[in-house]
Amino acid sequence: MPKLNDVCRYVRSKNAGPFWVTIDLFFDGQDAYQRYSDDPAISAAAIGRLYGVEAQAVRRFKVDTLNVVKISIPRSQPQGGVLERDMHSGQQFVPMLDIVLA
Amino acid sequence: MGGDISEVERAISRVYDSPMADSDNSTRILVPAGALGSGVRADELESGLALNPHAIALDAGSTDSGPAYLASGKSKYSRQAVKRDLGLLMAARQKAGVPLLIGSCGTSGCDMALDWTLEIVLELALEQGSTPRIAVLYSEQDKALLKAKAAAGAVRPLAPMGELSGASIDACMHIVALLGPEPYMAAVEQGADIVLGGRTTDTAVLAAVALLRGEHPGAAWHAAKIAECGGLCTVNPTSPGVVMSVDRGGFAIAPLSPANRCTPQTVSTHMLYENSDPFRLVEPGGVLDVTDAQYVAIDERSVRVTGSRWTPGPYTMKLEGAGGGPFQTIMLVGIEDPAVLEDVDGFLARMSHALKRKVERTLGAQAEGADISLRPYGWNAVSGRTPPEGATPPREIGLLFVATAATQALATEIAKICNPMFFHFPVREGKELPSYAFPFSPAEIERGQVFEFHLNHVVEVATPFELMRTRWVNVPSKEGVSADA
Repeated sequence: MPKLNDVCRYVRSKNAGPFWVTIDLFFDGQDAYQRYSDDPAISAAAIGRLYGVEAQAVRRFKVDTLNVVKISIPRSQPQGGVLERDMHSGQQFVPMLDIVLA
Repeated sequence: MGGDISEVERAISRVYDSPMADSDNSTRILVPAGALGSGVRADELESGLALNPHAIALDAGSTDSGPAYLASGKSKYSRQAVKRDLGLLMAARQKAGVPLLIGSCGTSGCDMALDWTLEIVLELALEQGSTPRIAVLYSEQDKALLKAKAAAGAVRPLAPMGELSGASIDACMHIVALLGPEPYMAAVEQGADIVLGGRTTDTAVLAAVALLRGEHPGAAWHAAKIAECGGLCTVNPTSPGVVMSVDRGGFAIAPLSPANRCTPQTVSTHMLYENSDPFRLVEPGGVLDVTDAQYVAIDERSVRVTGSRWTPGPYTMKLEGAGGGPFQTIMLVGIEDPAVLEDVDGFLARMSHALKRKVERTLGAQAEGADISLRPYGWNAVSGRTPPEGATPPREIGLLFVATAATQALATEIAKICNPMFFHFPVREGKELPSYAFPFSPAEIERGQVFEFHLNHVVEVATPFELMRTRWVNVPSKEGVSADA
């Protein structure tokens, strides 16, 4: 069973305004996209559990033309407060890499 | 609902039915960089001017770098960097005889940041011997007025925020409303050579002249979204300039540098960037939908895009507000001692407990509400998550100490109290005291204030002009600035 990092050519995250983080999964080709983009391990519910947010707060989009799944989640704290560790959310993709797919 | 929709339509149609909508079959907007102050290139401007552009447009700000810039009103880029870019752009504008539009001036686009930019423009005009007609579009908001709007039900929260409270308004040092394109369109139509805008959506400032000339609205907004980070939609983002050509049926995008290229892949991928939704973009006065957009290569370096849709809707402006919180003093120490590194989490738990107890004993009630945070870079400082069981110990860590307190003096007092223990904390109780590696003397660094965003709301307005003020400024002939309207 592959990890998400094995079937994506590139995974990234970035702030989308001060209140959201967005994660782009660029699958490595159309075959990988078709096979894994609906995998339950990257469902809204699974992502919600991984990042500690409710499933209904997770926004998930499939961009077929780019073989991309885009996942947007609200930040636990707005960008830049006392507890900030990742101002631009640029490292928030890392927990995704080891997700095991079916 | 903020007002009568027909009033909105009348206000908009006055600027859209402009004589500038002429017969030239496309509107070409030079976007010389993703941000003013990031380094416009003279050679790229020269290539761009050869395309007979109708305007030069770019933005100068964003919330991307955090709340400090809006809260403080200070620019992210230095005065020198902004002046350098403005000098090139004003000279190019003068040469081409087209308007120069700059949105979100001074990073946050609050009044103070806008006036800071205006002062540089006036200084350059005198140095260059030019007399441009300048329109300044202010969009900072009055707190009492916003409270009245909220009380009237005209302010709505955006997810994940709750209803707007008076306390969140009061906590802000500056509040701005994001302008749409209409104030820029009106200013250009009324003869502005340079339009300096307060906080504006990244797209609106780039779309304005194409909309004014009657081009396809979906294409104008979509082109602006693709061009808003300059070269980021090209194969080589270090080459910052692009040109967007918008017409009645779609748009084309190409880099300004002949050595750079746009491909259907680089252009369509840009819709993902910093957007929570890759298909729909809510803007003042409507929604851009690119679900059915087609991206086709015209030649080796240009891409044509069709099928973008614009659906007009109620006119809303997004609000941004930020204010000051507590203060922080930090210390950094390096640790290579394997005895510490074989159990970083246990070591930090003991150190954290000991530091907090020492501060409580020394300061008593004075320390209430203060916080001490230990962040081991090289272990788990970035995520704060517990590393998996059995993770290999790091070779070294940079241990960051962050004291947060109501005043800078108190944060520093706490750091000074903690300094000896932070520096010498033993691996096990009763062992000899080690010394870790401080890189600086003094070890305490006063980092300054923590700033925080407080607003994530939209306000409904009767017209695009309701919450903004336009000021016309002439370049003074000798001394002083004259405002003629």
